[in-house]
Amino acid sequence: MCGIVGLFLKKEDLRPKLGDMLTDMLITMSDRGPDSAGIAIYGDDSDGLKVTVQSDTPESAFDGLDTALSEVLGGPVTMKVIDTHAVLTIPAGSRDAALDALGEKGLRVMGLGEAMEIYKEIGLPKDVAARFGLRGMAGSHGIGHTRMATESAVTTLGAHPFSTAEDQCLVHNGSLSNHNTMRRILTEKGFAPKTENDTEVAACYISSRIAEGANLGEALDGTLADLDGFFTFVMGTKTGFGVVRDPIACKPAVMAETDDYVAFGSEYRAFADLPGIETARIWEPEPATVYFWER
Amino acid sequence: MQPLDMSQMELREVNATLQAAPATNYTQFEILNPRGSHAVAVGLDAPIAVTVRGSTGYYCAGMNKQASVHVTGSVGPGVAENMMSGTVVVEGDASQYAGATGHGGLLVIKGNASSRCGISMKGIDIVVHGNIGHMSAFMAQKGNLVVLGDAGSALGDSIYEARLFVRGSVASLGADCIEKEMRPEHIALLSELLEKAGADAKPEEFRRYGSARKLYNFNIDHADEY
Repeated sequence: MCGIVGLFLKKEDLRPKLGDMLTDMLITMSDRGPDSAGIAIYGDDSDGLKVTVQSDTPESAFDGLDTALSEVLGGPVTMKVIDTHAVLTIPAGSRDAALDALGEKGLRVMGLGEAMEIYKEIGLPKDVAARFGLRGMAGSHGIGHTRMATESAVTTLGAHPFSTAEDQCLVHNGSLSNHNTMRRILTEKGFAPKTENDTEVAACYISSRIAEGANLGEALDGTLADLDGFFTFVMGTKTGFGVVRDPIACKPAVMAETDDYVAFGSEYRAFADLPGIETARIWEPEPATVYFWER
Repeated sequence: MQPLDMSQMELREVNATLQAAPATNYTQFEILNPRGSHAVAVGLDAPIAVTVRGSTGYYCAGMNKQASVHVTGSVGPGVAENMMSGTVVVEGDASQYAGATGHGGLLVIKGNASSRCGISMKGIDIVVHGNIGHMSAFMAQKGNLVVLGDAGSALGDSIYEARLFVRGSVASLGADCIEKEMRPEHIALLSELLEKAGADAKPEEFRRYGSARKLYNFNIDHADEY
């Protein structure tokens, strides 16, 4: 089944509450997906590029990582360790060297961007949220996922969101039937997925379209023509938030909009605690129709 | 009216109270704080009146028999699924497959219904004041679907003997579904349904759709119709 949630704030004053609001939405969706959970949160822009990495042995892997990396990159690196994840801020222009160095150390890169940080692990959504302190996180928008695994194994890397380009991430409810064909096409184009997960193929597809010059809306529109299967996608970019459902629209989706925010949930009950939900405009996104918001 | 507050009571307790209703003196109930919960007021089998204050999730009033259920908010997928008799009224919108496989009774949706409204309906009457989504009345076998607004694509795909009345536009008709003549008996039937559903519309404004009956038995000459 999987549960997906998203929240895009229109007003600055709600920013400190973003993590709190998204966490309630995520935990409510636990019985749609108790295998693993993840969240991508768009916070403040950093001075350099933020790289979120994960390790199963964080105590040893993150010990002195910032110092070691700053020597390799020849510039200051700051590090914020949260449970199994660390967010490293690296100097501008050192992206490729940093990814090489992190790869050599056996660290898994969850995502990178100027604003985006990604936290995902296997386990119940409430436990995952508590481990990462998601409630305390501030930001402008974010997306989250509770996973019921269908197309690939229950692993940290198989959890959503998937990020395949800077500040871009995707969560998905459904299953794609042509992901192996698309995997070959995308690999040839230089957007090779790293895992066996079908959602990562969709993320790579959208990233490839954006790299070719499409905006978020056009890239999401392309999924309707090129991806086969059942899907409800919710996508985040540095400044945007988008939603699309396949033409059959089997997978549930509901949206709410007020003057303060746009919210997405697999079910209405994910919205029950949102402020002003009683008077929000609530609707079900139409099949094969792209919805997106940019700030 | 006996209140059943879902912020204080478990769903099973709420439904068990409603299902035990004939043994008590209460015939009217009010469910508070449903907050999108699933399976609210399901499996009722007594002539009781239940008002749900707020919005519900999946399968609200499923399998209803005899009871009148009134939801003041919106409902999730599968409202009144497999209803046998009684009445379910939704003030807001309904998600996918409203009234699916219903055998009898009346389902009224005052807002819009989503895709697959009345899928495989088997005798239920459904009146939607707004629009309905794609693949509605797919394989509908018996009963009446009345839509005051517009219908999405593939209306009545592979339909049997159910009658479909639409006032607005129809995006497309599904396999074996055709427009049919509105005869006096259909006007009379529609008047009665509109009145029961509290709908402000004239039966003459509607068009009727139903089965061309080409797909009842497999005929190789009709293979392209499937």
